Amino acid sequence: MAKDWTLVIKPEKRLLDVDLKGIWRYRDLWYMYVKRDIVTVYKQTILGPLWFFIQPIFTTVMYMFVFGGLAGISTDGVPQPLFYLSGIMLWNYFSECFSGASNTFTANAGIFGKVYFPRLVVPLASLTSNLIKMFIQLLLFIAVYIYYLAVGGTVSINAAALLFPVLVFMLAFHALSWGLIVSSLTSKYRDLRYLVGFGLQLFMYATPIIYPLSAAGDKFRWALELNPLTPIFEAFKYGFLGAGSLSWSGLLYSAIFMVVMMFISVIIFNRVERNFMDTV
Amino acid sequence: MSDISIQFDHIGKLYRLGLVGTGTLSHDLNRWWQTKVLHHEDPYLRVGEVNDRAHKGSSDYVWALKDITFDVKEGDVVGIIGKNGAGKSTLLKLLSRVTSPTTGIIRAKGRIASLLEVGTGFHGEMTGRENIYMNGSILGMTRSEINRKLDDIIDFAGIERYIDTPVKRYSSGMTVRLGFAVAAFLDPEILVVDEVLAVGDAEFQRKAIGKMQDVSRGEGRTVLFVSHNMSAIRSLCHRGVVLDNGMVSFDGETEDAVQFYLKDAPVNDEAKSIKECISNKKSYLEIYDIQINGSSSVNTSLKPGQKELDLMIHGVTQDPLKCEIKMIIKKMDGTPMASLIEGRNKGYHFDVHSGEFIFRKRISLPRYLANGDYLVDLYFVQPMIQDYFFAPSCLTLHVEGFYDQFGDPLNLSNEGFIGLESVEGFPGSVEYL
Repeated sequence: MAKDWTLVIKPEKRLLDVDLKGIWRYRDLWYMYVKRDIVTVYKQTILGPLWFFIQPIFTTVMYMFVFGGLAGISTDGVPQPLFYLSGIMLWNYFSECFSGASNTFTANAGIFGKVYFPRLVVPLASLTSNLIKMFIQLLLFIAVYIYYLAVGGTVSINAAALLFPVLVFMLAFHALSWGLIVSSLTSKYRDLRYLVGFGLQLFMYATPIIYPLSAAGDKFRWALELNPLTPIFEAFKYGFLGAGSLSWSGLLYSAIFMVVMMFISVIIFNRVERNFMDTV
Repeated sequence: MSDISIQFDHIGKLYRLGLVGTGTLSHDLNRWWQTKVLHHEDPYLRVGEVNDRAHKGSSDYVWALKDITFDVKEGDVVGIIGKNGAGKSTLLKLLSRVTSPTTGIIRAKGRIASLLEVGTGFHGEMTGRENIYMNGSILGMTRSEINRKLDDIIDFAGIERYIDTPVKRYSSGMTVRLGFAVAAFLDPEILVVDEVLAVGDAEFQRKAIGKMQDVSRGEGRTVLFVSHNMSAIRSLCHRGVVLDNGMVSFDGETEDAVQFYLKDAPVNDEAKSIKECISNKKSYLEIYDIQINGSSSVNTSLKPGQKELDLMIHGVTQDPLKCEIKMIIKKMDGTPMASLIEGRNKGYHFDVHSGEFIFRKRISLPRYLANGDYLVDLYFVQPMIQDYFFAPSCLTLHVEGFYDQFGDPLNLSNEGFIGLESVEGFPGSVEYL
């Protein structure tokens, strides 16, 4: 009895089964999620999309005051606004992708409980909508950049800036893999959720955002280099601002770290995805 | 037509009862140790008990579904019925891949769209139009598909005027209309529907049922439909599957399945006598016994051709009564079929002095009654003023219909409850002109 079943629902699923075809078939849903994230942010607000700029501007000003002014932390000779803005822009992208992915199950429990679609569409859409938000902030960065070029500040772009898309990709998938793991585990054990809130904040200080890697003494440098995000931030600043360092071995380490975490997260995600409605 | 479209193969679903808490981790670790390291059977799969909501079991685990095996043919419309907690929704959830089975395999042919809820994914800040796209794509439609159907969807929902208003400004009825309209224009090979028809106003419900009928009849799609609304099940389904405690207890023709389910649904199951069904009684009144045809049992049969129902109420009252009875005969699903309200229709009432009394009434029945089981509501009333007591569904009347010349009793669903007769002694005449 050879039957051409198009769908077989079984208790077990293969460990690394990612339904890419399914995700492609639901690409319109992906688009709708992105649209929803972008459009609903500024509905019923007066300033509308301007809000995308306000947050980084105010944060930068505050950082200039606290870290640049009061604490007097070096920016490797780079103008402070550019230095902080670049860090904030990339960090915002990472942290929002991470939060988006880590809320996949809990924020969408209502929808997941009623309809099936490839669950990965949701975190992927959140990567995409955050990417758009980051490009909007990039405009701000470019504007400030041009200003400093015009007044003859100490900024210099070099070939490493071409790595930009790769760096963004790496940030996104670091965020995705960690976010998926957190999301999968919190669906059953809520403990992690409390850790994530302040953990993310602490993690920012363990990444060279408000200070350059060179400012860390030899005593702590190794610890910062263990952080897989460090080479990414450093490479960006190297390419666009001429400060920081480009470490190929660091980037390779970060990439391997990312791939391993992706595998682990997909395995965990797949396991949880099947039955999360029973435990959420 | 005879190709199998969905196959349920020994499906089981185990749920853990109580809180998911600290004990969970130890169970998870133990399970992992037993199955993956020692290669034993899952220790928690064995202990699962049959799911019976009302009785406390000894295990923390329960089979919401157990050993479900049946096939659904292509183009078949199957109604799934059962009490609350019988496993209906779990079955649909498995089929729509919201959660996965613990044991067994489901095989299906074609695209499945599940409608376990209307308006899934609606976002209050987005307009009706944007939400059509959102909801449609969640249900698996592509943008171009939605573009093509957009006008029909808006038209079906009947909310054209509000289509560019954020959904949070909609009334709940409008939201539901919009949600159902999107779902109505899905065209998958297999449609899974869970009680979503119980929404909206009467006009919209008719529209929704009509649309479902079109889907199942004209377009030849396979539909699985869960509902407690027996008339919706009757009008839509070709076949009924009754679930009870997570197992299939009946599988067959819709009408038989509905009858099976209704007979199984216990009516006042703890009460053994009619008297015990009394729910709302005046305190000055004490009822010793109520009998129908000389029996106080809650079950009574009517033989073919039996033309009378004898009612007797024996009690004692401290206050004088001006009493009469009122009786409603209902179908098992609660639809009233006949009534005896002489207090209102004829102005009858009987004066009863305080003290012990026996009230009797003999009710004349039509000769032709449809075969089947009926429920009886009994009221003891002061006509138009008050109820002395009310005994809802206090009697199950098993009617064995009168067999006509050709040996068939009246059929309830086609011919109604009562068969009319010509005037006594005048069967009709023919005049030649």
